[in-house]
Amino acid sequence: MTSATPPVTLANDARLARYRTMKRIRSFEERVGEMFLKGESAGSMLHLSIGEEAVVGLTDHMTEGDTFTTHHRGHGIFLARGADPMRMLAEIGGREAGYCRGKGGSMHIADRGLGHLGANAIVGGGIPHVVGAGITARNTGTRSVSVAFFGDGGMGQGILYEAMNMAALWKLPVVFCCINNQYGMGTRVDRSAGRQDFPSRAEAFGLQAARADGADVEAVHTAAAAIVEGARDGRPGFLEIDAYRFHGHARMDKSPYRTPEEEEEGRRRDPLATARAVLADDTLLNTIDAEAEAEMDKAMIAAIAAPAPAADTMFQDVYDPSTPAPRAQRARLTEVLGERA
Amino acid sequence: MTQTTYRDALRLALSDAMEADESVILMGEEVGLYGGAYGVTKGLLERFGANRVIDTPISEPGLVGAAIGAAMTGLRPVAEIMYVDFAGMVMDQLGNQAAKSRYMFGGQIGVPMVLRTQGGTGRSAAAQHSQSLEAWMMHTPGLRLAMPGTVSDAYHLLRDAMRQPDPVVFIEHKGLYTMKGEISTTPDAPWGQPAIRRRGGNLTIATYSRMLQETLTAAEALAPSIETEIIDLRCLNPLDDGPLMDSVRRTGRCMIVTEAVTTGSVASEIAARVTEQCFDWLEEPPLRLGGEDIPIPVSPTLERAAIPDAVLIEQVARWLVTREAPSWAA
Repeated sequence: MTSATPPVTLANDARLARYRTMKRIRSFEERVGEMFLKGESAGSMLHLSIGEEAVVGLTDHMTEGDTFTTHHRGHGIFLARGADPMRMLAEIGGREAGYCRGKGGSMHIADRGLGHLGANAIVGGGIPHVVGAGITARNTGTRSVSVAFFGDGGMGQGILYEAMNMAALWKLPVVFCCINNQYGMGTRVDRSAGRQDFPSRAEAFGLQAARADGADVEAVHTAAAAIVEGARDGRPGFLEIDAYRFHGHARMDKSPYRTPEEEEEGRRRDPLATARAVLADDTLLNTIDAEAEAEMDKAMIAAIAAPAPAADTMFQDVYDPSTPAPRAQRARLTEVLGERA
Repeated sequence: MTQTTYRDALRLALSDAMEADESVILMGEEVGLYGGAYGVTKGLLERFGANRVIDTPISEPGLVGAAIGAAMTGLRPVAEIMYVDFAGMVMDQLGNQAAKSRYMFGGQIGVPMVLRTQGGTGRSAAAQHSQSLEAWMMHTPGLRLAMPGTVSDAYHLLRDAMRQPDPVVFIEHKGLYTMKGEISTTPDAPWGQPAIRRRGGNLTIATYSRMLQETLTAAEALAPSIETEIIDLRCLNPLDDGPLMDSVRRTGRCMIVTEAVTTGSVASEIAARVTEQCFDWLEEPPLRLGGEDIPIPVSPTLERAAIPDAVLIEQVARWLVTREAPSWAA
């Protein structure tokens, strides 16, 4: 029996591939939570992006050579850009095998090869770096774009407006992506923004700006197409992804500042559920789900088994290796008191 | 050898580096069309074009952040903050971003940028345009810090700074721009090491930036009865204190002369190091001679009194070596 249209597969259907990436992000974030509960994460400053997976609609427009910075809730973005989940979880667990050899953790993960110029624990801190990456792209004549990802909390930081102004002034290949999950820690966006029409702020600086429904990855994908491609042509842009933070701010936060009713309503805006309803092929989707769960389980087990860094590595990488590493305190004390013994 | 000014030496360092390396760019407020608030970058916009000499809006955190991103992606930006006092605006980008990226990211991503700025007193610029904030930079692992006190160092240290793989804060002194001197064919000391500016056996004085010149004047007045050894620290972070300790172990006395507020200062750090490392060689406690613990006042009379000068350095040095107290100590 032959069919008029070939069957939908990951290879020929980008929507399915986006669903798969979103599912991998969710499964990954669940393992981050699990590592915390097992006592295997480095600390509790772990900010999950569950509910915000539709950012894949933007990252799908990025390509090799493109760069980006993220806020503290950036696991999903990095995974979507090709990160190895084992090395991410190892970093989140403070292991030597992690992307940053256990020096940065969840909030400072980075990989130069994949264009990740750094997650940031200062709200807005990484935003201006994409302006500089844009200057590099302009001066070296590439078509690379650089994207700053941040949350609605970042909309309160002055440096965003400095960066948007410079990007517009110099017509740089830069995109500002605000993932509005409605909360900066415990403060809902209507308690932090006098006017919540964020794209209009970007338009005021001369950027092309749009808002997309974060419950629908295909809507994000469509809106992001014009923004990202415009940026490559020297028209910097701004995209707000309207989402809902399913869980607390960090692992210790039980969100006492919001009602169960609100959370239930918010969690109905689930980009995975929306995508499943559209794609409809349950057998294929269930296979994708199972593969994602298995992949992340395997990554988590390997990350937990990975060893911690040796203590003396703490003196490495303060400066380039051409500069002597900082002197250990014990060595200094031994010199001072040892000579007097 | 031809004489040139500290300002022209800095400009020559920038233009030589830009000729040699296309990835070097300048960015900052008034660096292009205006030519720099103190004229250091005059003519460079015409010579190298607007893609490499970038006039920025008055957005210090943003422009330093942009320089960081450019450095991370392959350029060698020299960002200018017009006055070091504006460090208050940029310390997140400088201290949390530029300084820590290499470390936080496990050595993958360096930030090879220079932050050029200038500080110090001498122009009645008052409390927000006259400070010496080098201690903030020295207190931040990951930053390198250079402060030239001679015309030759203005050239060579800036050239060296632009070759470093890590962020360098380069603090010029507003009172030195018109000082004349020669640019030596080779640097007076390798990058990162102090330079011994005068040899002497009675007293070691550690100093840097404009106070080097005041200290050299004082040393002339003290000689020949008191011979001072003057160590120009030049590069303060990381600090190579070996030559200083060697000197103090010979002289048994040490004074640290700076313009910065004394409490919590570079001078305090050096005094602590001398105490730890030279305790058994010291005839007298290491002595800090710095700025008063006050904001810089605008009145020229008050401003001059707020920091050391050659006369005060001479008096205190003589007191330390001969126990001959100055008249004000009675």
